[in-house]
Amino acid sequence: MSLLDVDGVTVHFGGVTALERVSFTVEPGEIFAIVGPNGAGKSTLFNLISRFHEPEEGDVRFAGESLLRRAPSGIAGLGIARTFQNIELFEHSSVLQNLLVGRHTRRRASILAQILFTPAVRREEIAHRVAVERMIDFLDLQPHRDRIIAGLPYGIRKVVEVARALAIGPRMLLLDEPASGLSAEESRDMQFRIKDIRARMGVTVLMVEHDMGLVSAVSDRVLALADGRVLAIGTPSEVQSHPKVIEAYLGTEAAAP
Amino acid sequence: MEILQLIVSGLANGCIYGLIALGFALIYKAAEQVNFAQGDLMMFGAFVALGLTNDSHLGLPFWVACIGAVTAMAVLGWLLERSVLRRVFGQSQIAVVILTIAFGFLLRIAAGLIWGHDPLTLESPIAGVNQHFGGLVLGLDELTVIAVTLVLTAILFGFFSRTKLGIAMQASSQNQLAAYYMGIPVKRIHGLTWALAGAIAAVAGILFASKGSIDPNTGLLGIKAFAAAVIGGFGSLPGALAGGLIVGLIEPFAARYVASGYSQIAPYAMLILVLLIRPHGLFAQIHAKKV
Amino acid sequence: MRTTFQTSYLQDVRLFPDVRRAIRYAALVALAAALPLVLDDFLLGEATNVLIWAVAGMGLMVLTGHAGQASLGHAAFLAVGCYANAILMERVDLPFVASFLAAGAITGLAGVLIAIPALRLHGIYLAIATLALSMLTEDIIVLAEPWTGGVTGLVAPDITIAGAQVDRYGSPDLFYWLCLVVALIVTLGYRNVLRTPLGRAFVAIRDSEISAQAMGVNVAVTKACAFGLSCMVTGWAGALMGHFIYTFNHEVFTVIISIQLLVMIVIGGLGSIQGAYWGALVLVGIPQVINIARDGAQAALGSSIVIPGIETGLFMAILILFILFEPRGIHGRLEKWKVYVELFPFCRRDMFRRQKSYLKTERMR
Repeated sequence: MSLLDVDGVTVHFGGVTALERVSFTVEPGEIFAIVGPNGAGKSTLFNLISRFHEPEEGDVRFAGESLLRRAPSGIAGLGIARTFQNIELFEHSSVLQNLLVGRHTRRRASILAQILFTPAVRREEIAHRVAVERMIDFLDLQPHRDRIIAGLPYGIRKVVEVARALAIGPRMLLLDEPASGLSAEESRDMQFRIKDIRARMGVTVLMVEHDMGLVSAVSDRVLALADGRVLAIGTPSEVQSHPKVIEAYLGTEAAAP
Repeated sequence: MEILQLIVSGLANGCIYGLIALGFALIYKAAEQVNFAQGDLMMFGAFVALGLTNDSHLGLPFWVACIGAVTAMAVLGWLLERSVLRRVFGQSQIAVVILTIAFGFLLRIAAGLIWGHDPLTLESPIAGVNQHFGGLVLGLDELTVIAVTLVLTAILFGFFSRTKLGIAMQASSQNQLAAYYMGIPVKRIHGLTWALAGAIAAVAGILFASKGSIDPNTGLLGIKAFAAAVIGGFGSLPGALAGGLIVGLIEPFAARYVASGYSQIAPYAMLILVLLIRPHGLFAQIHAKKV
Repeated sequence: MRTTFQTSYLQDVRLFPDVRRAIRYAALVALAAALPLVLDDFLLGEATNVLIWAVAGMGLMVLTGHAGQASLGHAAFLAVGCYANAILMERVDLPFVASFLAAGAITGLAGVLIAIPALRLHGIYLAIATLALSMLTEDIIVLAEPWTGGVTGLVAPDITIAGAQVDRYGSPDLFYWLCLVVALIVTLGYRNVLRTPLGRAFVAIRDSEISAQAMGVNVAVTKACAFGLSCMVTGWAGALMGHFIYTFNHEVFTVIISIQLLVMIVIGGLGSIQGAYWGALVLVGIPQVINIARDGAQAALGSSIVIPGIETGLFMAILILFILFEPRGIHGRLEKWKVYVELFPFCRRDMFRRQKSYLKTERMR
């Protein structure tokens, strides 16, 4: 069974078509990339999965269960984590605190127990801390552990956001333009990290990305969107050489190797 | 006939609220700042005019006092932006809210120190002159208030929707950095907006003081006008006027038909009601944030 | 700079990160407990007042400082707590401890009830709605005369705890200790909340609602929790305030009090428990400072100077200075000094430079 099944979804904003009967599936363990020019509907697709937008028709199923019955805050609990295009971290908290918010769905204690800070809460906190520390190790964030987000450079924030998403302990990770705004080196680091995430944590990755270099280096399959419609699905090289894709937005330039 | 009378006096009061609300809306539209001191600016403007024209004070001609008060308040608004608000440029809205609340308090104390705490009346040519239309008695002051308000709103509305500067002002509020990159002098525009809001406050103050007495606490009226601005939908100029009129009309009717105790409650109850039904006011301009 | 070396995860989970800090706070509590032995009745009353305002400040701090929901209407919840406590003691004949706890629960419930419709409001609109609420409180107290005594008001009933008469005038030291115990319990609970998922969820919805949701934080429930806890604590402060001022009517809990409370925590430092205490200290301290200055001026000039509203004026002027020069309040300033002293002489000027930020419209939500 596919992990994610997007089934004929349509979204309009006013008179503008954001998505028009888009369907695709993501298999467990896959790295799946969505590419397309600005306004193609890539972020809308993510926001649909995060339940920030409501589709007019179609369905989105995760591990067989429809997401449409869930509230936006119920998505993380299913094991879907995400990052944001423009980084949405908790600016005035430390890296550690940000990552601990990722453990929110794993909390067990009642509000009263939390106010009293019972021994059970204490044990839970230490368990959260151990889990978060693993993410910090995994993504090499040790030097920044106690620093406030507002003072961190852009490249580090991008990594922190990925770490926070992973702290959820997700089955699927949505990365919204993970390499945008990164230097060539940082972008290459990100490339290895994405591969690592799948290899070492067994997390399925669905990402939106402009950088075709990154996309072809990491993804198993690519979906090309334009004006809210699916142009092509296939391996990176198949999609890149697809005549419709070249014509629609990659232009003649990208056809050259 | 009694209802008509209530409507006219309600409209006149509503126009005052509307004028103050216009000041709120103006600043919000152009600078996306919320100025809680607008009511106190109005009070201060009224006192400046009073200080210039009343016989017990300087005794200048009324129109000189009007020009003087409007100019003085425009300068005060500009100075306020220049010296205080510019420093919190880019900080959260709540910082500006608290800052302007504090500034309102200081204005109130200053007014008390200069002009005392007893209620005073502005010696104005439009005060106390009545026009009779059949059985209807209309004060010239009420008619002037309504006329001036309508004209001012129309001018401002035209300014924002037709002129280049007005559109630049709106742009600068929606994304300061982008507007700055587009060559819009964001800071100068903010200064200009505050000057304009100060001038409008002075007009409202002069009209209000012509209708009745003022004292330093008159500025608290601003809170009611604030309710009006929100009912209309922040940042919408016709909305501000409409909100003002709604609040102005509710009050006398609630006092007349419910109980006098309820006329105080009515505007705020109305405000809460509107916020619950339409969280951003009746004439809202809200779009979803893009992530 | 003193660095605490981490040897176990427990260190971050503990109440105090190191022994030094634990000792320092223990000494502070001991000092506070010993105050009745040194201060005269008047100053002890002022100290009690500081504690009550600090409790109220902590109530608002959790909502505004941590959950990011600005309220300009917390005087309404002070009033609910104050009246609920007095009515329960008088009419239902509950002992103080029971009525006090119940007053907090009732106020908390009222807060949740207010929160449910207010969930749809953001930032400035929430501030306005709560302001309107505060404006209504006065009139509602007058209209609810059979319960609240209307314009005449109520007199706070006598408190008896374990056979001892606790009275602000008769036994000011006992009343002070009562307030101290309440303040300590609230502080401890507050601190606990901050180091658990609930507190982190508060900060999360303050800084980014959208990513809080993506992390599985239910924004509506979290906001309702913040309102509930905040109002419960504010209600307790209201109950204590009722006993402190002894008689109260509709004129006590005005919108001015709401504004003062918000201003107080901004001066103290938003987003820190200590900020509530610092703010309360400033709020209660200002009239004393003015009195001293006035006496001095009278002695020097031979005539007394009375400026109506000078207390509020000075308070507001201090606020303006803080927003302009130290938006993180007294607590933030002290933290910076501490770093400066610890690093001396290696502190660089731009270590504390604020990052330039540009405002984007909040009309886009």
